[in-house]
Order: sequence, then C-alpha cells, then structure tokens
Amino acid sequence: MNPTRNASGDLPREIICVACPKGCRLEAVRENGQILVTKEGCKRGIQYAVREIEDPRRMVASTVRVSGAMHPLVPVYTEEPFPKVLIPKLLKKLQEVRLDAPVQMGQVVIRDALDTGINVVASRNLN
Amino acid sequence: MNKRRCDVAVIGSGPGGLAAAIAAKKNGAEDVVIIERDFEPGGILVQCIHNGFGVEIFQEDLPGPSYAQRFIEEARGLGVEMMLDTMVLEAEPNRRLFTTSKGGGIQEIEVGAVVLAMGCRERTRAQIRLPGTRPAGVYTAGTAQRWVNVEGFMPGKRFVILGSGDIGMIMARRLTFEGAKVERVLEILPHISGLMRNYVQCLQDFDIPLQLQHTVTRILGRDRVEAVETAAVDENWRVVPGSQEVIPCDTLLLSVGLIPENELSRQSGVKIDAVTGGPIVDDTFQTNVPGYFAAGNVVHVYDLVDWVTEAGFRAGKSAADYALGKRGKPGHMTAVRAGENVRYAVPHRIDPSSLAMEEIPIQMRVIRPIEAPIMIEALVNESVIARRGQQYARPGEMVTLPLKPDLTDALQKADTITVRVRQQ
Repeated sequence: MNPTRNASGDLPREIICVACPKGCRLEAVRENGQILVTKEGCKRGIQYAVREIEDPRRMVASTVRVSGAMHPLVPVYTEEPFPKVLIPKLLKKLQEVRLDAPVQMGQVVIRDALDTGINVVASRNLN
Repeated sequence: MNKRRCDVAVIGSGPGGLAAAIAAKKNGAEDVVIIERDFEPGGILVQCIHNGFGVEIFQEDLPGPSYAQRFIEEARGLGVEMMLDTMVLEAEPNRRLFTTSKGGGIQEIEVGAVVLAMGCRERTRAQIRLPGTRPAGVYTAGTAQRWVNVEGFMPGKRFVILGSGDIGMIMARRLTFEGAKVERVLEILPHISGLMRNYVQCLQDFDIPLQLQHTVTRILGRDRVEAVETAAVDENWRVVPGSQEVIPCDTLLLSVGLIPENELSRQSGVKIDAVTGGPIVDDTFQTNVPGYFAAGNVVHVYDLVDWVTEAGFRAGKSAADYALGKRGKPGHMTAVRAGENVRYAVPHRIDPSSLAMEEIPIQMRVIRPIEAPIMIEALVNESVIARRGQQYARPGEMVTLPLKPDLTDALQKADTITVRVRQQ
C-alpha cells in the first residue's frame, strides 16, 4: 500500500473507529486547516475521526482512598468523556484524594476537574 | 437445623440474579430470596469499575458498580430478601437447598422455584497447561482486578498479559493508570478476542504492544516470576521454531476465557451443554429439572451485561410462574440445533405455545469470522422459515435471530429447527 501524502507532505493517520463494534480502519489527514477522512464505513465514522484528531476524549474510571468503609477504595468516574491529554494529570490528582465513609453514589469527588467543567463522581454507595 | 421456605430462591446476586429476583417479585412471587456468598451484592460488577455498562438498558454509559447499585436498590425496594455471606452447599432435585453462614449456621430451605445465577469463572493456568516453574506472580486477570480495584493493592510492577479478552485489555489500562508497566499482550488467535473498543482505548491509547498468534511457552522464576518465554505460533497453535523471546516481568496475568460455574447445577441433576458449559434450557430458561431455572453467564457467557439482565428478567418471571402454579403442562417442544458455522445456540428447545405469546430470540456464536454481509437463518426440513441480515459476524460477538409469533404453527409441526450463519 502506498500512502498518499497531503500538500504539506503529512502522512494520513490510521484511526480505528469505535463508534460501533465493527471497528472500521479510517484514515484522516489535515488539509488546509480541514480534516479529510477516507475509508470510512459510515457518517458516524467521519464524526469520530474528526473528533479523534481535534479533541480526543475518554471516559476515565479509577479509584480513590476512603477511610472507615468496608473497602479501602471507592470507585469513581468522570461524568463525561475527559480530554485525553489531561488524563495523566487527573490520575495524579485522584491519588491525593481522601474521602471519609459513608460515600454516596454520584457524590462529587472533584468538581470541575482541571478546569474542564467535568466532575469526577463516586460510582457507588460505600459504608 | 433451621428450616424455612420461600417462593423463589436465586443463587447469586450478580446482574443475572438481581434481574431474576426483581422479575420474580414483579410477577407475583411473595417471598423472593437471593443467596449470595460474598458479604455484599453485585457480583463481578463490584470490581468492574470501568464504563460501558447500561447503554442498552438505560441508554447511559455507566461504570459497573453504578449499574449494580441501580438493581440492588430496585430489588431492596421491592422487598427482595438478601442472605449475604451465605453459601449454598447443596441443591437437591426436589428444590430443597442447604445453606451455611457464620450467623445463621446450616439452614434448609424449601423452595417453590430456584434460579441458578452463579455466573462464570475464569480459566486458570492449570486449564491451559502452561509449562514452567510454579512461582508466585501468575494470576487470572479478574483476580488482579479484584485486588487493584476493590482491595487496594498492586500484584506487581511489570506485567505480561496472556489473552486479549476484555478483562485482560481493561486490566492493561488499569495497571498503567496505577503506574505499572505492561510489557506486552499476547493472543494465540489471529484476531483479538475482546471488543475493538477495548483494543483502541486500553492498548492503543497507551502504546501497549499486542502480538497476535503469540503465546507464553514457559514461565521462569523460582519464588517469584522473573520472566516469561513467548513464541509465535502457526494456525495450528504450533510454536514457530526460532521465534522464542524472553520477556522480563514479575507478573503474568491470564485472560484466556470464561467458563459457566455449574457445580451446584450438576448436583441437582441439571444437564449441561458440553459446548457452552451451561445448562440446557428452554425458551423460559427452565432446565431439564422442573422448577430449576438459569439466568445469565451461568447459561452461556454474554458479551454485554445488559443482555445478562434481559435473560435474568425472563428467567425470574418464569420462576415466579412456576412457583405460583401458573405454568401450563409442558407440551410439544422443538429442539434448536446449531448448523453451519454456528458453535452453539441458546435456548436449546422452544415451546411453540410460548412463541405464540411473544417473540423469542435465539442467541448464537459463529465458529468462523465472516467480514462481509451475512445471513442468519432458521430452517425446518431444509426450508428457511426466518432470516436476518447483518454486516459481519465474529466469534467474539453474539448474533441473534428473533423468532416471531407467526412461526408458531411451523414450530408446532417441527421436531427440530436448525440455525446457520453464512455469507450473503
């Protein structure tokens, strides 16, 4: 396969679409400030690839320490997909969090995490 | 010994058991009891802290513990009794259960209908016959998941993961989050066994190398794992000479398949399908033993928890009907047979008169992947009576063929219905 370069000589990036379980392998490249997507299986694939290049986000799930509960940890997650580049920083912040039992499902653990406007909340009750 | 009775007893409080108990209660069973050996309900969802649960049932992307809590609260709200920290020792064919617990001692429970919801277990090192020494540091991915996510300790610093099942890939990300180094994920098959989403978000995102058609050939180390020897394999899983590589690590995780847990089922006389490892069931999820029903991964291992919940609802409703004497006499049953490119199909038999009342989905797994449009077909005496098209079929993703009520007559006359999956 001979990859096609764009005008500025960039190679297209291969992106596996996970908008559905099929897993199409798309190619995306920046061309004059726009993102060109090829080999897409459907329209949702184009949206996915553009998002993956402009602002990739992931749901983040982890744990934080809790004292006085039946387990030493309580699971937490971001209420919305979180910017991928900020995930390592978020994990570091979560390591510093200490909660006291009881914890309620949906309880805010970090509000507006790293100024993203996204809250990290508890995944369950823990007594 | 304490004696008691109840209408419906559900063994296991994972998603299948919770759904069964809820449905039993909603369909008129009064005393519904869940028997759970752990000291909290929820089953495996307690340790599945990642997202991706509930998209079908709630149209929401929830972590495992939140998904479980919604059903735990619903069950409690309906008055389902939970016997926690309690183990079922024996299940007799006449629906008498013997349980034991620290607080209650040994109890005998006379049950109107039993729902088996024990879920599944991970395949272990012994079951895949991994050669080498027997040091500490070889665990199943789910065991490591319990330690890291619930009990709060890391089983190692440098990991190799054998098997590309979903739990293995999810643990690769989780361990990376907690500061460990995952050196490699190895898969003996030429394709991943888990979902593509998990490959992208758990391995690709963190540059964790995946090697297909590779396996572990030896474990090295005396007291603790020091390294694993890996090798490439051909399509018959034979080692390619000269491809061996030694990867230093302190922990090997296994994500090499799940097996329905049916020790209790066998005891009570329930017949097991050799392919699924779970009970042979009819469309109401009743087993061959009257009054014994089965829900969720104990029957066959599902891809999505949402489908386990659906199966639990059906099994729980059927159990309530049985306990209340609302179930009619068993009539003609049509056997479901796995045909071309189908490894197994569930349910194993269908009562055409229950099809008259509602649609019945036949769930199956293909043997070979087909990356082109396929047709799922049901045949009676060589002629197709139902069909459904789909874009592709893979062994890792269950395919479903719904049978519509208008097929009742066709099934009434047939002893066997065969399902097959072929390219269009």
